[in-house]
Amino acid sequence: MKGKAKKISRRKFVVRSLLGGGGILLGTVILARNPLRRALYGVLENPKNLTYLGDISDPMLWFEIRPELPIILHSPKVEMGQGTFTGMVQLAADELEVRPDQILIKHAESASGNIDGLSTGGSTSIAGFWQPLRELSATLREMLRTEAGKKLGVATADIRLEEGVASAGLKSLPYGQIAQGVTEWEIPETPALKEIKDYKFIGKPVPRVDLEAKVMGEPIFGMDAVLPGMLYGAVVQPDKVGVVFGGAEITQAEKMPGVVKVVVEDDFVGVVANSYTEAEAAKAAIKVDWKREREWTTADIKSAIQIGKGDKMLIQKEGRPGGILEDAKDDSSLITATYSSPLGAHAQLEPNGAVASVEGGKATVILSTQVVKLTRKEVADRLGFKEEDVNIVPTYLGGGFGRRLHTPNAVHAAVLSRAVGKPVKCFLNRKEEFQKDTFRPPTQHQLSAKLSEAGSIEAIEHQFASSDVMFNAALLPGFLSTIVGSDIGTMRGGRIQYSGIPNYRAISWHCELPFATSWWRSLGLLANTFAIESFMDELAVAAGKDPIAFHLDHIADNEEGKRLKNVITAVRDLAAFRDSARDGRAMGFACSTDAGTPVAMVAEVRMEGKEIRVDKAWMAIDPGFAVNPDQVRAQCEGCIIMGISAAMYEEMRVEDSELKPIIYGPYRMAQMKHSPKEIEVEIINGTGKPGAVGEPPLGPVGAAIANAVFRLTGQRLREMPLARG
Amino acid sequence: MKIRLLINGRDQEIETDPQTPLLWVIRDILDLKGTKFGCGKAACGACTIHVDGQAVRSCSYPVQLAAGKAITTIEGLGTPEAPHPVQEAWIEEIVPQCGYCQPGFMMAAAALLEKTPAPTDAEIDAGITNICRCGTYYRMRKAIHRAAELKAPVLPEEAEAIAIQDNSDNS
Ligand code: FES
Ligand code: FES
Repeated sequence: MKGKAKKISRRKFVVRSLLGGGGILLGTVILARNPLRRALYGVLENPKNLTYLGDISDPMLWFEIRPELPIILHSPKVEMGQGTFTGMVQLAADELEVRPDQILIKHAESASGNIDGLSTGGSTSIAGFWQPLRELSATLREMLRTEAGKKLGVATADIRLEEGVASAGLKSLPYGQIAQGVTEWEIPETPALKEIKDYKFIGKPVPRVDLEAKVMGEPIFGMDAVLPGMLYGAVVQPDKVGVVFGGAEITQAEKMPGVVKVVVEDDFVGVVANSYTEAEAAKAAIKVDWKREREWTTADIKSAIQIGKGDKMLIQKEGRPGGILEDAKDDSSLITATYSSPLGAHAQLEPNGAVASVEGGKATVILSTQVVKLTRKEVADRLGFKEEDVNIVPTYLGGGFGRRLHTPNAVHAAVLSRAVGKPVKCFLNRKEEFQKDTFRPPTQHQLSAKLSEAGSIEAIEHQFASSDVMFNAALLPGFLSTIVGSDIGTMRGGRIQYSGIPNYRAISWHCELPFATSWWRSLGLLANTFAIESFMDELAVAAGKDPIAFHLDHIADNEEGKRLKNVITAVRDLAAFRDSARDGRAMGFACSTDAGTPVAMVAEVRMEGKEIRVDKAWMAIDPGFAVNPDQVRAQCEGCIIMGISAAMYEEMRVEDSELKPIIYGPYRMAQMKHSPKEIEVEIINGTGKPGAVGEPPLGPVGAAIANAVFRLTGQRLREMPLARG
Repeated sequence: MKIRLLINGRDQEIETDPQTPLLWVIRDILDLKGTKFGCGKAACGACTIHVDGQAVRSCSYPVQLAAGKAITTIEGLGTPEAPHPVQEAWIEEIVPQCGYCQPGFMMAAAALLEKTPAPTDAEIDAGITNICRCGTYYRMRKAIHRAAELKAPVLPEEAEAIAIQDNSDNS
């Protein structure tokens, strides 16, 4: 790696000796490195809003060395399934000179003060930790070396560190023993980081650190948490959208078996009982007066999300696309097409829930969440507590995908716990999980282009309409939406990435819905790429060109352009791409660049009766540098399958103001039989620095399938879900 | 009502409403948290366990039906020291992502292999109908084939070779 041994100031590290000198805590500050963080810290107009983001000079990454191994790494990011914990352990192990199994990575509790002020999401975790975690680990290693030298009575230079043991000649000391009794540590100048080629774990397919726990069924999720004397709570949720709580009739519920208390608040009603089934039964006996202004149907939703409605914003412009496209309209040479995507659910397997214990002015809440600090603030505000008196204990997430950026269930559990003076576990049932989701927004896309005589794109435009893709004011403090709101969210993948085209622009229309739509893995990327890449394919056909050659022709020769071209040619060769159907099968191609990571995909489809089947998929990705190639592969496979699910099958409807379906099955999702039998992934390490992995591979999935279907059947599918039942 | 259950080889007596879904008895009374709640309507398979060797979605299975039968949960399928072939294969293929659906899938896969020791892709498609949101189906399929190999007393090709030899001996 170039530019190594960059000096970092010692002030970035904080050391705390454990009580009685039994070990050491070493922490580091993570500076606002990624663009989203910078945007948040930099663009804020009202600094008052910053309070719950915490002080960014607080250390967020901590190592804890106790007398015995493993060394504990407290993580401010949560593990949602994307392998973040494994990547972090790899980064630490190599610089610390320990094996991955000698590090135990844990979710940091908010009481430890070192939690991430923002959230886990946006495929940013490993990229953000790449430098600070390796630096912290290398620093700790050198501190241990120095102390070992003192304890063994040899020169520091003669100390050899390996697998958690310091040795010199025949003398040796394990790391835990080195740390014993030391109360004053010397923090060295930051040592040089190793060269990538010298790493034993970084860049290698190290097995996931949570593998055994997950295969043995250990109780690691929020849903599995238990506290002594715990009762079960259930909160009544509306089954209609656009309604407001107007009070409840609870006499019948109070008499139900097992009921401890029915709790009526200004904005919700809940019941606490001795068991889950008793709480659910009593909940069903509560009659709530839901106030509502109007009815909603799917047609209303569709007409709400229209280009030409809502707030218009030009998000990208090069050359003079407007004029050229106007002229083309006049002389009938304009090519246009409209695409759409439906309302989608997160449908993560673990329902949202929490275990809360509120006692003597202190609260503890154990849950799966992507927003630890925000949850703490919400619980503290509701209880009237100071934030220090609320401890949020994050757990492994049974799927995140953006669903856990909003966790009102923590507040519900805390309020119910206070009402009964005992710990309460409270979670959504599946119907509620579907109806109270913060959905993937429906979108509409209009693409227009003009081809030159020679068949290249002279001008292109992407207009798209969507509701919120981040947080709306009802969900979270309004400031988040004013900074990063719908623009960044819906925009993911919405810009034209072909800067070889002389004239292009993208326009976003932000529309309103009566319920929350929010962050769904990769945000607007899946729908935007479906539209743009389907249209690119239509243009290639109109120009009479091979789609891959057509794409390559329009990519500029800059740095991003080169990386995009590399993944395109890699997947072309990997799949041995064919532009025509053969033996009842056809291939389709699409590509996208998201969060700096270019991805290209080829899908091969066949028809089974009337059903589209994706039998094979090939993907090439350039994540910059793959810290764990096996997990990059796993993310590509997972995104391909989740993308097949969302692009082909999933759709929420609104009937009589009720969101439907309310259960898996009717909410159609990809199952084993829909999964490709073969998936090949090629990874290109294009920059030597890790970038985004968890979401970018979703981009091209929908378009690659639709383009393949066109080659097989001649039918152009412009609406998701492609296999509408 | 008192009900006797044989869970993971252990005799247990519990007191509950006989209509209570077995899932909640396992999770909340017996405190075995490996069996997951995903939907409560037999639609996702996260709660899959074995009752007398059959895969059962425990969220929709009243506890009284299980009285006196042998129940196996993921905790009883294997241990880190002695994993079930399905768990071994799951580890080899590094299947889990978030992990929440995985116990249900492993239980479903283990039951499938009892009935169909060397399933084809089509048999896996038909026999495994659980939901995984993280999309780990591709690795699961590989792991199921691998588990079939691990479970088989001899490799299929060897079996064929032996069979051919047997035939020639007989002729
Ligand atoms: S929880 Fe039993 S099938 Fe979903
Ligand atoms: S691994 Fe996450 S749902 Fe299957």
